[in-house]
Amino acid sequence: MENQFFVDSAGLSPKALERKHRLESDPSFRTNHMEYMEGMEIIESDVCENVMSHVKSYDYSKYTEGDVRAALGHETCTVEDFKALLSPAAEPFLEEMAERARLETGKHFGNTVYIFTPIYIANYCENYCVYCGFNCYNKIKRMKLSMEQIEHEMKVIADSGMEEILILTGESRGQSDVKYIGEACKIARKYFRMVGIEIYPVNTDEYRYLHECGVDYVTVFQETYDTEKYETLHLAGHKRVWPYRFDAQERALRGGMRGVAFSALLGLSDFRKDALASALHVYYLQRKYPYAEMSLSCPRLRPIINNEKINPLDVHEKQLCQIICAYRIFLPFVGITVSSRESASFRNGIVKIAATKVSAGVSTGVGDHEEKYVGKESDGEQGDEQFEISDGRDLDSMYRDISDEGLQPVLNDYLYV
Amino acid sequence: MDNDKLVIGGHEFNSRFILGSGKYSLGLIEAAVKDAGAEIITLAVRRANTKEQENILDYIPKGVTLLPNTSGARNASEAVRIARLARELGCGNFVKVEIMRDSKYLLPDNQETIKATEILAKEGFVVMPYMYPDLNVARDLVNAGAATVMPLASPIGTNKGLATKDFIRILIDEIDLPIIVDAGIGKPSQACEAMEMGAAAIMANTALATAGNLPLMASAFRQAIEAGRKAYLAGLGRVLTRGASASDPLTGFLRD
Repeated sequence: MENQFFVDSAGLSPKALERKHRLESDPSFRTNHMEYMEGMEIIESDVCENVMSHVKSYDYSKYTEGDVRAALGHETCTVEDFKALLSPAAEPFLEEMAERARLETGKHFGNTVYIFTPIYIANYCENYCVYCGFNCYNKIKRMKLSMEQIEHEMKVIADSGMEEILILTGESRGQSDVKYIGEACKIARKYFRMVGIEIYPVNTDEYRYLHECGVDYVTVFQETYDTEKYETLHLAGHKRVWPYRFDAQERALRGGMRGVAFSALLGLSDFRKDALASALHVYYLQRKYPYAEMSLSCPRLRPIINNEKINPLDVHEKQLCQIICAYRIFLPFVGITVSSRESASFRNGIVKIAATKVSAGVSTGVGDHEEKYVGKESDGEQGDEQFEISDGRDLDSMYRDISDEGLQPVLNDYLYV
Repeated sequence: MDNDKLVIGGHEFNSRFILGSGKYSLGLIEAAVKDAGAEIITLAVRRANTKEQENILDYIPKGVTLLPNTSGARNASEAVRIARLARELGCGNFVKVEIMRDSKYLLPDNQETIKATEILAKEGFVVMPYMYPDLNVARDLVNAGAATVMPLASPIGTNKGLATKDFIRILIDEIDLPIIVDAGIGKPSQACEAMEMGAAAIMANTALATAGNLPLMASAFRQAIEAGRKAYLAGLGRVLTRGASASDPLTGFLRD
């Protein structure tokens, strides 16, 4: 079974509809997804080649129970061990993997769980990514916050006690250029101890500029490392260029960022290969930039406005747990974020095993924090959401629930130096 | 034994257990002070840099010396900035310099640590540098004005004990400052062993933080450290230090 991503929104002009349908049905109408567009920086790096050579040759069906036992018996988890832990043969060992993962998490992170929140400052997008609520053909309420509105939203969030913020935009250089995002980051630094961004990939000098504006952490999701599948999901826009996206974290580190975060969107393609690729992306970059702080997310596909049926297919909670445990055992020092895409019960369970960071007080819409946080009806416009969240807990309830699990919620462990 | 004080930068302490930073909880700090007798508690400045809701400074009981650390620093200048910030936050003059250029093993960068120690010592800090046990580096730290030298026993958080034992022993033999064993001590027996060798104090965190019963483990560490210290002061028996000796003296044949 596959997801049915193509939905025609009412209100698209005949011309737009025709182009949309042609992009969907005629591969020759689409640009080469492996070719850089004008203005995209190309860097010399062997990371992609290293990662993809493993991914291409990964045959997870060949791993046996014995391989999994051996992997769990080794003190240091090798790449080969990690492959075994991601394989179907490891599924019966989930409890043992969880025990090992918990041990490794304890060694590196103790019982701490970090809390952050995202803020979407604009939802304009120039890409046609078929699974995303912000895609340019999806008829949703679009909005871009003014600097005054951004400051107001951030104040509302900071007043809730939150100290770390992740600033997001749709991918539109036209509507939300680097300067606009930079100004938003400068405001964020006034209210938060730590500022991260999750925006369209940019060049090294632009990352450097954003770093100067107060950003120290860059998140870029590769969505899927399967280039052929990627081509069928990202039909138009600059996001279509797979290799430029792959090198984003490396450019961010070269631009002076302290940390970078990675992920595949699980459910888009073969999740075992995507999980392998995500972790190896971290692994090889860490070897090259050993001082950098790295973290992994593990989002699964969620329903969007105008397409309620989108789901993560074969990546059930069990598989997600297996992936997260395997990540932890292979990369014990890496932060693992589990977002509000997952249910409260899953998140309560996984923070006891391997996750070290969760979001709270989440909205994936634009400009609606005051309404969501303090119940005040907005007098202005709001932009629609990127996807439906599952866990709607606010900061206070998340803080309490983490404490009740015997863990320690941490709002900040960060210092700009 | 009553006069056996740990002296760091002119300050005297009765306890030879120092609580490391990293895996904090209110219960851990209580146990460290009450059951392990800690008089010095490390505080990660990056964690103290927070709003009131979970400010670790509020957790620290009165009368305990705060030891802010520079975790998060990747070079000497970052460490110096963090140390100065700690002083501004009211954390006093003690500082544990820790500089890591590696996010995987968190091994200290000895060269940068020497540089930061020199700058901070000149600014009047009581500098306690965390280092990889290397004699030449330890000597440089002494010359740079360090108040102690803090070699790692094994990689931080691993609870593996004295993996660097022979090199720590060299530091104990050659360096006149207190040698405080930091990082990797996982069990009271390992703490005891380091103290028997002549370490001046033990810093630990994970070993306590991850124990099933915090207060009990804290008191076990206290006893182990005290036992090791007494053994060191008593002078270990010849059997233990040198192996069995022959009953007839080897040099008994000498006539004049």
